[in-house]
Amino acid sequence: MLPNYASPVEKLWYWTFRLLCVLVLVFLMSPLLAIIPLSFSADSFLVYPIKSFSWRWYAEFFGNGEWMHSLKNSFIVAPAATVLATVLGTLAAVGLTSANFPGKSLLMPVLISPMVVPVVIVGVGAYLFFSPLGLTNNYLGLILVHAALGVPFVVITVSATLSGFNTSLIKASASLGASPLLTFRKVVLPLIAPGVVSGALFAFTTSFDEVVVTLFLAGPEQVTLPRQMFSGIKENISPAIAAAAAVLILFSTALLLTLEWLRGRSERIRTAKA
Amino acid sequence: MPEVVPDNDVLVSFRGVQKSYDGESLIVKHLDLDIQKGEFLTLLGPSGSGKTTCLMMLAGFETPTHGEIRLNGALLNHVPPHKRNIGMVFQNYALFPHMTVGENLAYPLKIRNFSKSDVDAKVLHALSMVKLEKLAHRYPAQLSGGQQQRVALARALVFSPQLVLMDEPLGALDKQLREHMQMEIKHIHDSLGVTVVYVTHDQGEALTMSNRVAVFKDGIIQQIDSAYTLYEAPSNSFVASFIGENNTLEGEVLSLQDGFCHVKLGDGVGLKAKAVCADKAGARTTMSIRPERVRLNGASEQCANRFTGKLQEFIYFGDHVRLRMEVAGNAGFIVKVPVSELDGSWSVGDSIALGWNPEDIRALDPLHP
Repeated sequence: MLPNYASPVEKLWYWTFRLLCVLVLVFLMSPLLAIIPLSFSADSFLVYPIKSFSWRWYAEFFGNGEWMHSLKNSFIVAPAATVLATVLGTLAAVGLTSANFPGKSLLMPVLISPMVVPVVIVGVGAYLFFSPLGLTNNYLGLILVHAALGVPFVVITVSATLSGFNTSLIKASASLGASPLLTFRKVVLPLIAPGVVSGALFAFTTSFDEVVVTLFLAGPEQVTLPRQMFSGIKENISPAIAAAAAVLILFSTALLLTLEWLRGRSERIRTAKA
Repeated sequence: MPEVVPDNDVLVSFRGVQKSYDGESLIVKHLDLDIQKGEFLTLLGPSGSGKTTCLMMLAGFETPTHGEIRLNGALLNHVPPHKRNIGMVFQNYALFPHMTVGENLAYPLKIRNFSKSDVDAKVLHALSMVKLEKLAHRYPAQLSGGQQQRVALARALVFSPQLVLMDEPLGALDKQLREHMQMEIKHIHDSLGVTVVYVTHDQGEALTMSNRVAVFKDGIIQQIDSAYTLYEAPSNSFVASFIGENNTLEGEVLSLQDGFCHVKLGDGVGLKAKAVCADKAGARTTMSIRPERVRLNGASEQCANRFTGKLQEFIYFGDHVRLRMEVAGNAGFIVKVPVSELDGSWSVGDSIALGWNPEDIRALDPLHP
């Protein structure tokens, strides 16, 4: 709240600042706000104004074999890529923060590079590299590249959590008789879990709405939900896409809220005052 | 390597231990040290003196560059920290924040595969030892600093190690709590008979708690003795100045006789002192005398060394008063006087007769050679 002695300029800025914040939020949310109402339109085209409401595009989405197939593929590829990216990224972050060796400062940019390099280049490169190995047109190739795209997020979030880690806890655990592996499992991992979970979440969403690499690597059998939406837009602009988008948004939001809730709860337990 | 004769009373022995972090400068220069079973040994010294490095080498978190460390006669150099079975209390407690107090204490016991009932019994016993039975279900963040410190202590003792290391465990507590915890740790040590190696830079802590104190400076133990001997009979100028208060006088040794020496001060005045480091005539020496050994006025008349001091300042301490005087050219000469013996007629600028016995002033190595 504003103090009593605030000058008119301060009062003006106080309200302008709040208005700007609202505008930024509206800007960020507007694509979602635009697409979700359209999924309830009875019209056959993605146009405003909406004349009448119906569930027909949801029925179309859940009743159509192609949509369901792509949804199933997304739920195969994204979790598998997430697990792989989380395990590798966490180990990399732990190794990078605990050890000191020449060339360490070069290793971090290498690990982050999938995030920096344009995805098209990753896609072309992966295609050229994977096709002689027989890794195109199958799940494994897609999962591997999606995992590579997710690793940087895990490395960054876990490193951030580890930078505040009290290393005497590791010494304490060793002095109490725990082997390094047990110490990692019982002490380090539970404490960096918030970073691991955030990283996993980013890795999941990266894979879950990735379309470019999928265009290069996936065969007809591996079409994921974003890939299906992409071809849907190219071929026939059906409002079923809006329904698919709404489902994606709902799922991602639910995932995010659940994990945030879990994280907040464990955080509260640890820092609660008597 | 000569065969090490097992000595049943020695728990830990350091032999020729050196430690260097960069391969050039030695943080621990040469350490030969035997720690007796059941002893409370304090490593005391200013920061950078090598005391913490010695503790960390014993715990296994640092490896000696040279020399060997033995526990119960067995070589420790290649034993990883988690197999040493040595308890440790850390400066910042290092309690696991995601575990309750009870879980923190159960941690070392579960690793050692104790049965559930054994674990519960030992945890409860350790908690009762530090009077925290009621807080077993709290998380560390819900405890005060003093309570956290007790939990850390209980956790280091709960698996009954022979040896417990403490790295400035009371550093973060306020003075009153720190003094209380000193006594508590001492009583726990007495009742358990466990061997404790304690690192601190607080000389008061070292004197009140320890059986023996090792004074470190520049990676070398300057003196290792009981608190009483360290205070009353320091063997060099560093120990005399680091432990307790002391007044120093600089001079040149004239002659030696029967363990005493005659010393000429800068202004030509002579005095008789106990020869500790002064070993030959003509050598420079720094002499050290404790403020409470200086006698004033009438009491000084039987002393062999008699001077006149010019009173510069009264410093009030409640139970006693410190008089800052100028004696033989030293303007920072402190004399401790109990309040009951204070002469009301003294005032700043007065000249007061004072003196001390030759056995109370020790001729040590020159502080400024």
